[in-house]
Amino acid sequence: MSIPLSLSVNGKAVTADVDERTLLVEFLRHDLALTGTHVGCDTAQCGACTVLVDGRAIKSCNVLAAQVAGAKITTIEGLAGADGTLHPMQAAFKECHGLQCGFCTPGMVLGALDLVAHHPHADERTIREALEGNFCRCTGYQNIVKAVQTGAAAMAK
Amino acid sequence: MGANETGPIGQSVRRREDQRFLTGAGQYTDDVTMAREAYVYFLRSPHAHAKISGIDREEARTAPGVLAIYTGDDLVGVNGLPCGWLITGTDGKPMNEPPHPVLAKGKVRHVGDPVAMIVAESLHQAKDAAELIVVDYEILPAVVNGVDALKPGAPQIHDEAPGNRCYTWALGDKGAVDAAFAKAHHVSKVDIVNNRLVPNAIEPRAAVASYSRADESYTLYVTSQNPHVERLLMTAFVLGLPETKVRVIAPDVGGGFGSKIYLYAEETAMVWASKHVNRPLRWAAERSESFISDAHGRDHVTHAEMAVDKDGKFLALRVTTTANVGAYLSTFASCIPTILYATLLAGQYATPAIHCEVTAVFTNTVPVDAYRGAGRPEATYVVERVVHQVGVDLGLAQDEVRRRNFIRTFPYATPVALTYDIGNYDATLDEAMRLADVAGFPARRAEAAKRGKLRGLGYSSYIEACGLAPSNIAGALGARAGLYEAGQVRVNPTGGVTVFTGSHSHGQGHETTFAQIVAGRLGIDIGSVEVVHGDTGRIPFGMGTYGSRSLAVGGTAIVKALDKIVAKGKKIAAHLLEAAETDIEFADGKFTVAGTDRSKAFGEVALAAYVPHNYPLDKLEPGLDETAFYDPTNFTYPAGTHICEVEIDPETGQTSVVAFSACDDFGNVINPMIVEGQVHGGLAQGIGQALLEHCVYDRQSGQLLSGSLMDYALPRADDLPTFKVGTKVTPCTHNPLGAKGCGEAGAIGAPPALINAVLDALAAVGVKDIQMPASPHRVWQAIQAAKSGATVAA
Amino acid sequence: MYSFDIRKADSVAAAAALIAQTGGRALAGGQSLIAAMKLRLAQPGTLVDLAGLTELQGIRRDGNALVIGAMTRHAEVAAAADVKAAIPALAALAEGIGDRQVRNMGTLGGSLANNDPAACYPAGVLGLGATVHTNRRTIAADDFFKGLYETALGDGELITQVSFPVPTKAAYVKFAQPASRFALVGVFVAQTGGGVRVAVTGAGPSVFRAKALEDALARTFTADAAKAVRIPATGLNSDLHGSAEYRAHLIPVLAARAVAALA
Repeated sequence: MSIPLSLSVNGKAVTADVDERTLLVEFLRHDLALTGTHVGCDTAQCGACTVLVDGRAIKSCNVLAAQVAGAKITTIEGLAGADGTLHPMQAAFKECHGLQCGFCTPGMVLGALDLVAHHPHADERTIREALEGNFCRCTGYQNIVKAVQTGAAAMAK
Repeated sequence: MGANETGPIGQSVRRREDQRFLTGAGQYTDDVTMAREAYVYFLRSPHAHAKISGIDREEARTAPGVLAIYTGDDLVGVNGLPCGWLITGTDGKPMNEPPHPVLAKGKVRHVGDPVAMIVAESLHQAKDAAELIVVDYEILPAVVNGVDALKPGAPQIHDEAPGNRCYTWALGDKGAVDAAFAKAHHVSKVDIVNNRLVPNAIEPRAAVASYSRADESYTLYVTSQNPHVERLLMTAFVLGLPETKVRVIAPDVGGGFGSKIYLYAEETAMVWASKHVNRPLRWAAERSESFISDAHGRDHVTHAEMAVDKDGKFLALRVTTTANVGAYLSTFASCIPTILYATLLAGQYATPAIHCEVTAVFTNTVPVDAYRGAGRPEATYVVERVVHQVGVDLGLAQDEVRRRNFIRTFPYATPVALTYDIGNYDATLDEAMRLADVAGFPARRAEAAKRGKLRGLGYSSYIEACGLAPSNIAGALGARAGLYEAGQVRVNPTGGVTVFTGSHSHGQGHETTFAQIVAGRLGIDIGSVEVVHGDTGRIPFGMGTYGSRSLAVGGTAIVKALDKIVAKGKKIAAHLLEAAETDIEFADGKFTVAGTDRSKAFGEVALAAYVPHNYPLDKLEPGLDETAFYDPTNFTYPAGTHICEVEIDPETGQTSVVAFSACDDFGNVINPMIVEGQVHGGLAQGIGQALLEHCVYDRQSGQLLSGSLMDYALPRADDLPTFKVGTKVTPCTHNPLGAKGCGEAGAIGAPPALINAVLDALAAVGVKDIQMPASPHRVWQAIQAAKSGATVAA
Repeated sequence: MYSFDIRKADSVAAAAALIAQTGGRALAGGQSLIAAMKLRLAQPGTLVDLAGLTELQGIRRDGNALVIGAMTRHAEVAAAADVKAAIPALAALAEGIGDRQVRNMGTLGGSLANNDPAACYPAGVLGLGATVHTNRRTIAADDFFKGLYETALGDGELITQVSFPVPTKAAYVKFAQPASRFALVGVFVAQTGGGVRVAVTGAGPSVFRAKALEDALARTFTADAAKAVRIPATGLNSDLHGSAEYRAHLIPVLAARAVAALA
């Protein structure tokens, strides 16, 4: 059994027939080979699978592809320029050493973009609380918080 | 680094690996795809302990998409998973080492024990088929607690381990300890539980295994910290294949923390099955599967006593520990609560006599093995909790009781087999106290009290031993593997350098740090250095990354290879410059005739080595490509002091870490930014252990109660403070980098600092003891018990 | 996941009819349902996706009530100026559900229909004495929550909107379970035209009103009055994260904090 699906991913129109059970993350990783979106848990907590759906961060492991039909999806692959120039938030993560193993990083960056969209001048406490849905086991979060602040400032320019 | 300190060494060079990670171009195991791949799903035991009287898979075999179903009996010629370290007990006998079948045979011994392997065209189909397999279990009583398992009448888990005992082992001079206790002014005692942890790297374990009929070879992509060790154990011990026929690739790995050191059942079964099915096979653990199949950490129950004189000088330490090793011996399980634990019980103190007895015990739980720190956090927790108790008992300030006992003369031979080469424990304590603003603490405590909150300050002066070595001594202690590391430096004709390292990076930033070492030493641009790791098909035989060894051991191997490169380069340069080899100096990327301005750039020498037209071919081989194996002469001994400040809400029991200061001595540092990041991460895991993380089994049923992230609390950003970190440097005396290792320090130092702070805060309401994690519920219970004069069970 | 069919409908009536006809389940935000399906704990043959039904969306002020559509996302409730102005406690409650990503998907109706014993919304609905509107009837909050994951909803009955009477003042205090961050105990305190209401989530098999606290606070609306109340532990939840006694202790403590926040 399958259902037809059309949506936009990183600015490109995508049409596919998918099994009803296909999660958005499975569609991105398997059907579109966008493997930058990761799966780290099965209880919708770790946030490694975070992508933007119409600008809002969601956990793509806990959403059916069918639920986002017609939506505009942004994944980590859609942020940098065609020449490899990093988005200011990506650049801030590099500058502040906001990543180690890199596995949580795509979800962290996309979660941060949603956060900055709502709180462009968030203080440290607000950022820490807003990162509730993104787990990192490597960094102790300190440099991630710094990266979000730095990235937000760069985006405001 | 002395004369070699040039270029990028010591600089916070931004990481070269970040570009791919930040753009989604990282290549983790589960990102690897192959044509015609099939999916693997493992049917696991839902019971803690049961006999398997039958497995009916007839219906499952014909389910849609199913390619094969294997159980333990199908794996003919496949041995059990080995343990890499033989411990000899106090009775002089080798440890009890029961078989660890790849797939269960006749019995299951923990929830999650793999029973059958299903191969199907899709994961949905594999799971559907798994539901059609009927396993006839005869449920047996289970035991999950190490102390319970040693009691008479406890359920017997293995025929080969009577009384569930793996070994009883001891270290130290018992007679000297007994004598010191007999004349002690005071004895301080603690009973502590080092809580069981689940490592929870954010990338779950995964594997992709394939077989090539053309050359009868296997390729395994796997989430591993040490691909050569994985290959050696799998081929030589389990599958009986030539090592040359198996290539193990650990590509980008999303965190390890120890849990990806080991040879696991899943990838072993998959390599075996890839030939039988003749299809590439893929598997990735779901998080709930990780909880019941990744090796766990810690799980010690310990009684410790410190004998002191009237001035608070330590006379002797006596420690008895029960270590729960789980249902089977994982790869390095046996050496963690012995060689990596009891040897660290001197801590930073000149305690003249120490004795430790450890009983390792099998239980119906997931195997326990190394987790960030591996034995050293357990030791530090024992030492720093009992030292805290000495301070409390004698009314000495916590810094004072430590200062009165610090080791100040090096090298120092401890009574527990190690020799510390160097350290300055006063320096790290002083700096940590400055960072923590200890002087201002009374005012902060008073302010908190006005708000009805309890403030406490806790100290931990830890030591660790990194870069486990040397191989011959480890071998005498039971190691079944070597502990060296390999590095190869290949200078390419146009001057670019490829570095092949046996170390593995899964977050540590080797592609940057190792490139800094090479660029600094050769005086070339860091951009022309490429670091290759994690592929047995490309790198020299390496031991991988664990125990904070990558820089001290792996980095030194690269330095040794660089020495060879420079030595050969001097010979070539001497020929080109028509000078004596002894007159050639190498600095800043140039070979120069001493005292002249005649020189050849490194690139010119490299080109000459590969285009040997003007070259001493009669005396020297062409090419510039050198390999070195480095086996350290001693451990390295990072040390430091961590100070934690907590505020407790006595109404709810909620503990907040309001400040955490750490001053560490890691020896020389190549990249301060990366080192600080390692400290942050370690602290988060240490705070996680002390405050949040708790792996709990039901004591009757043996079911894992904290089996998902809904019940196992990982630290989130808002659970942690902004850490204040500093360093003091005493360079390691026995490796050329002067480096000691930094990966585990935070996880080692943090737990006792936090718990000592909690006890300091709760002393005001009469609480004398608490176990990890200091959850709100547990803190509240301790306060209630203190009010009623009772004590709380662990 | 077991295989299923996914359908959409162009009206609430059509959606209800589809559910009745197929014996299927409504899919709102899916934040609990999809997680359960992934673990093979739920096995609906048909899902009827309610997203896109505009009649289930929106937030509006209606006299002395705030009316919120069933498919309104937590993030929308948390951010809505109307909610912040009329019932700031409800906006704050919504802001504390799950995490940012979950709030961007999860819905009011989905949360209420699921009635997780540790969910926050049931405390707000019961604490405010809200009215649940369905495609068939209206149900008072006091009659809606029936037990563990159990509500008054019948087969094929869909929540359409919830009408929250605007209280004199209200506050919600949640003490989070450290791992899941669901409520270990959450207490919603409201001063309403009909008196003081105190609803407790996380502590029992389902959200419930704490009569002893309501009575005490009706007499004196002070934190001390709340704190003096003793709640019996009988029938409360006991698990890894807290015994029944601990939960019983936390209820008046959190109620007192809610009252203090309103001072």
